[in-house]
Amino acid sequence: MKSAVVVLPGLNRDRDMIAALTKISGTAPVTIWQTDTEIPDVDLIVIPGGFSYGDYLRCGAIAARMPVMRAVAEKAAKGVQVIGVCNGFQILVESGLLPGALMRNTSLKFVCREVKLQVANANTAFTHRYQPGQIIRCPVAHHDGNYFADAETLARIEGQGQVVFRYAEGTNPNGSINDIAGIVNDKGNVLGLMPHPENLIEPAHGGIDGRGLFESALGVAA
Amino acid sequence: MPVIKARVTVTLKNGVLDPQGKAIEHALDSLGFDGVHSVRQGKVFDLEIEGTDPAKAEADLKAMCDKLLANTVIENYSVSIT
Repeated sequence: MKSAVVVLPGLNRDRDMIAALTKISGTAPVTIWQTDTEIPDVDLIVIPGGFSYGDYLRCGAIAARMPVMRAVAEKAAKGVQVIGVCNGFQILVESGLLPGALMRNTSLKFVCREVKLQVANANTAFTHRYQPGQIIRCPVAHHDGNYFADAETLARIEGQGQVVFRYAEGTNPNGSINDIAGIVNDKGNVLGLMPHPENLIEPAHGGIDGRGLFESALGVAA
Repeated sequence: MPVIKARVTVTLKNGVLDPQGKAIEHALDSLGFDGVHSVRQGKVFDLEIEGTDPAKAEADLKAMCDKLLANTVIENYSVSIT
């Protein structure tokens, strides 16, 4: 499977993401720049974490309006898989590709630590290598990861199994409603999550719990 | 070219938790301003727009709010031509 990584000014996790995709798929992803209006033929597009455009206005707000995001939306509409991690998740909700919003952590503090995630839906293109309900370790590093959706939207995404990851065992680091850490769109081909699975993919990281997500999405053997 | 001056105010919708507003409320309390029941933080944008037609400017400003200045999932906005 071929993958691509979106690179925007202010992102800082793009190198980690490129390394993770290269190690797990065996092929380096192509990189796409903010002004690109066409994305090559790939199976997976990843928007990594960081602070695109300095988090000006709202996290992800400016990036979501750049030409490259129109191209990402077109690919997503055609069924190409899209993953947004951290700032990438914020960009996906700001662009309307995922429902809800990501607000300031209730603690008002930047949190940088490891949390536990429960795989709330293992029947998605991004999680089928995990067991239903499996608890995995994953690092988080963000200031605005407090997921919010109005009651109607929340009932819909919960009812349709769109909540894919939840913070487990009292580890919710940001006040997210229903402990939501990651969601998919209603078609199931766009995933956004605040934690950083790309930083737990090899023993040198201290664990490989994040590999399952990329192995699921890339369709590679465990 | 004549310009129209306008102010856009963006506020959080009711029911959306505002941790920053809460922190400000507590800070006011610690400064001795007791009796502050609620603080909600928002944003103000002052814009200058080419043109002479206030109705067109207002329509444009609302479109700007819907597309960028506000996140209507969590925020309301109001537009005033000054």
